[in-house]
Amino acid sequence: MNTYELTLLIWLGSVLAGFLGSLTGLGGGIVLTPLLTLVFGVDIRYAIGASLVSVIATSSGAAAAYVREGFTNMRIGMFLEIATTAGALVGAAVATHLPVSWIATIFGIVLLYSAYASSRTERPRPAGGDPDHLAATLKFDSTYPTENGPQTYHVSGVPGGFSLMFVAGTLSGLLGIGSGALKVIAMDQLMHIPFKVSTTTSNFMIGVTAAASAGVYLQRGYIDPGIAMPVMLGVLQGSLIGARLLPRIRTKRLRWLFGVVVLVLAVEMIYHGMTGSL
Amino acid sequence: MNKPATAWTDQRVEIIISNLLRGGVMLAAAIVALGGVIFLVRHGREIPNGHNFLGEPRELRTISGILQRAASFHGRNIIQLGLLLLIATPVARVAFSIIAFALERDRLYVGITVVVLAILIFSLAGGHL
Repeated sequence: MNTYELTLLIWLGSVLAGFLGSLTGLGGGIVLTPLLTLVFGVDIRYAIGASLVSVIATSSGAAAAYVREGFTNMRIGMFLEIATTAGALVGAAVATHLPVSWIATIFGIVLLYSAYASSRTERPRPAGGDPDHLAATLKFDSTYPTENGPQTYHVSGVPGGFSLMFVAGTLSGLLGIGSGALKVIAMDQLMHIPFKVSTTTSNFMIGVTAAASAGVYLQRGYIDPGIAMPVMLGVLQGSLIGARLLPRIRTKRLRWLFGVVVLVLAVEMIYHGMTGSL
Repeated sequence: MNKPATAWTDQRVEIIISNLLRGGVMLAAAIVALGGVIFLVRHGREIPNGHNFLGEPRELRTISGILQRAASFHGRNIIQLGLLLLIATPVARVAFSIIAFALERDRLYVGITVVVLAILIFSLAGGHL
């Protein structure tokens, strides 16, 4: 197989990953690295570097649409980005010292959790919090558009949410994923932010978080143009197609199918990580 | 607090930011695609070496190296320039937010945003911990 054919295959795989990632809301990054390492035999460090770059592209592209709709809370996003970018720096620094087999194993465990999380469609949301002093100082309370006009919401649980954001940032930097699911849990479950505001603000933050670790990956020589090129272009195209088709496609069965794919990849990653055969 | 004026500023700022993000991503994608075409025309028939991890050469790792080499019209260098622009897009978004919060006279958020920008610049400068 020559470079031309390999590039074409990686591009096709990335289009599919971006397409499924945007339709299921899990993001393309989570299946990209396993796809590149297990199927195409790419070194996991190059795979993570390429995945990070594609995460920036899809997050920044999609965030533009959400910001317009008025759901994104820029103050919450900016404050929590202190935690996610600091975490991303730590994650990227750890990744350069950790053996490849460890990274693969941790990746597999995160994939397992994602497969489990995607099988649960609705999460029960704890009742809205009381007005919170810290959240008020940080001017988090805001409104979001509904059919009946702007709806006010109050934010609480700031320290817990901030801590979980640091973990999300660390995983993002370590594994080259967006950790969107964990970010949404921090905001929706711990900080009592409305779901739609949580998902759009999370998306807004993912690009900045990924940029923090991408800088480290670039400096360490982990971003290979030959691999990152088809991945970035493919995932971006796939996610744009997915976003366009989303209103017309029933995603329930697709989410289930994607969950199974993620589960299989998780087992493979853990197996190869444990046996050191990656 | 004059609420309507603040809301109007927020709305405008958000729209400018969203355009900035999309414009940056699209320009980066176009540069990467251009570099990709040049790379494949020149090296498409070679046998790839993705199995062995070598790390990128010095000139493709640093900002100054990438900027210097971009003019040389090598496919890999042009791709790397596009990727650098892509990484810079969220950084520019954060920098722009500092100005936006300053215009709103929100000192607390100017401070918070400066911290985020400092972390990003530290990362791009090498991020040695």
